Amino acid sequence: MTLFIQQLFNGVALGGVYCLAAIGLTLVFGVLRIPNLAHGSLYMLGAYVTYFFLTTVGVPYVAAIGIAALILFVLGVLLERLVFHPLRNSPHTHHMIAAIGAMFFFQAVAQAIWGADFRRMETPISGSLHILGAEISAQRIVIIVTAVVVLSLLTWFIKRSIHGQTIEAIEQDRTGSALVGINPAMVSMLTLGLSALLVTIAAGLVSPINLLSPTMGDSLNLKVFAIIILGGLGSLPGAIVGSFALAIAETMTSTYISSAVGEAVAFIVLVAVLAIKPTGLFAKAVQR
Amino acid sequence: MNALKNPRILGTLAVLLIIALTPLAFGDENYIMRVITVGLCSAIAVYGMNIILGFTGQLSLAQGGFFGIGAYTVGLLTTDFDWSFWQAFLVGVVGTSAIGYLCGLIALRTKDEYFAIFTMAIGFIIYLTISRWESVTHAHSGVNNVKFPEGGELVDFSNPTAMFYLVFIILLACVYVTYAIRRSSVGRTLLTIRTSEDLADAIGVNVGLSKQLAFAASAFFGGIGGGLYASVVGFIGPDAATVDKTFEFLMFILVGGMGTVAGPLVGTMIVTFLFELFQDFQAYRFIVLGPIIIALVIFAPRGIVGYLGGFIDKRARKRRIGSARKDGSAPTSSSSSADAAGHRGASADTITTTEEKK
Repeated sequence: MTLFIQQLFNGVALGGVYCLAAIGLTLVFGVLRIPNLAHGSLYMLGAYVTYFFLTTVGVPYVAAIGIAALILFVLGVLLERLVFHPLRNSPHTHHMIAAIGAMFFFQAVAQAIWGADFRRMETPISGSLHILGAEISAQRIVIIVTAVVVLSLLTWFIKRSIHGQTIEAIEQDRTGSALVGINPAMVSMLTLGLSALLVTIAAGLVSPINLLSPTMGDSLNLKVFAIIILGGLGSLPGAIVGSFALAIAETMTSTYISSAVGEAVAFIVLVAVLAIKPTGLFAKAVQR
Repeated sequence: MNALKNPRILGTLAVLLIIALTPLAFGDENYIMRVITVGLCSAIAVYGMNIILGFTGQLSLAQGGFFGIGAYTVGLLTTDFDWSFWQAFLVGVVGTSAIGYLCGLIALRTKDEYFAIFTMAIGFIIYLTISRWESVTHAHSGVNNVKFPEGGELVDFSNPTAMFYLVFIILLACVYVTYAIRRSSVGRTLLTIRTSEDLADAIGVNVGLSKQLAFAASAFFGGIGGGLYASVVGFIGPDAATVDKTFEFLMFILVGGMGTVAGPLVGTMIVTFLFELFQDFQAYRFIVLGPIIIALVIFAPRGIVGYLGGFIDKRARKRRIGSARKDGSAPTSSSSSADAAGHRGASADTITTTEEKK
């Protein structure tokens, strides 16, 4: 039972990380209609930039994540401007291919700067709490709390602030929004920047638990795609529910069956769900 | 010999001839011959991708996985089970096509981005199976000493040049099949689906079945490429089935030109050459190649062969108009223009459809 509670907490913490990554990806899909395959490498870059400011420059942990998030925000904007914007009228296969090019580029850059070896980020928050007999590391609690706070802020931003509402407007009707004076190009940049910012927060939070490597984004990339496909592309509730469901399924199967199954469970669930409902669980009516 | 007057066919034949003659230049250098032969194996798998992506317009990201299944079937059957290469190859190709068909049954229920990511997940599951199922696939220690094909008394396939020609002949068959598909009504059907699925459906095309067969065909070619690759290299590891492999294929087809007959071969050879050039910077080559990929999709989405084809068409059109003027007959004479349209039909539709906005 203790083990179960412990793994449940680990699962929820992992879910928080997936959620921050998945929300950005699903927002980008909603606005730009692009499955951004470079999302995982933005996560990786976010982790390395955080590492750089924390270890090499020596700023405090929270500030390191903040600076990294801002840098990645700019990078996301640039990515939209230089890569996706020129392709806005191309067939959908071309975006994905360009995103793959960007992904390889980011990985090679990270490897050129930081090398291919694994790196470890020192845990700035040590210690652990005992809840119901299970020992939960403080870092995981920080992840869960931050994820909840960031998600609430994001929800407020999208539903209440004027800039956030433009995102939702563009998602619903691109031409209509342009008619009432919303600039789709600006919103696209904002959205990609925002998704890079969110995924950097996720990376900064989880890096002290995991190791850093230039390919660390690959498996996250695939899993997050599984999550948003599962939830229905472009659906925020789908992304949130999918993140926690898959993260808990993953930790549980890893603990009770085997780590190989744990790694594959996201994809097995994906295949099973899409076999029954090809548009995902929470699909909204997506305009084409 | 009307076909020989067509610059596209002439060009394709020239490329094939150049490749056929490479052993004369590099016959003594085993390393170079191996690199070229491995390139040809990839090209076969890329021809598979050409059918599903280039003709049908569905971005399948499972090709690396199918390549891996073909490679591992041949690798495991010839070593652990001591089958002959040809038996293993046959089983590998048939098995890969069957798995491809079954995957297609589910995958093709999804569309567009869903399809791309779903097939990527299939590819990743295949990779995970190969890299984790240690008792069967030896996981990360890989499969060593894969057999060369048995040539009986006639040929010794451990000779790199002989192996090269074997792969080359199979590649020729793939090129011919692509050419035949392109010209036939099957090819037109697939191109219609690429242009608009709804339109194809409305004019009576069985979209589901066509996509299904195109997907199985792509797996079939993937299996052939993988099976040959295992034998050429002699050692295979889980790397043969990664999603990165798929991305590599994608780059090959993009550089060469999607939906063209010579494109996959030209693209594969050029990019393989570039890879070799950057060999010393293995890990960093994508600092240069990544932006090149992006620039290609933005500025030259039709690829090298696609561009040359467009150029040829433009010139042919000019010449036709010119000669029509010289004859003094107005270019509106219905029989000649209909004839010209018929001739160009097959080639022109690639260009019009690639430029089609979604």
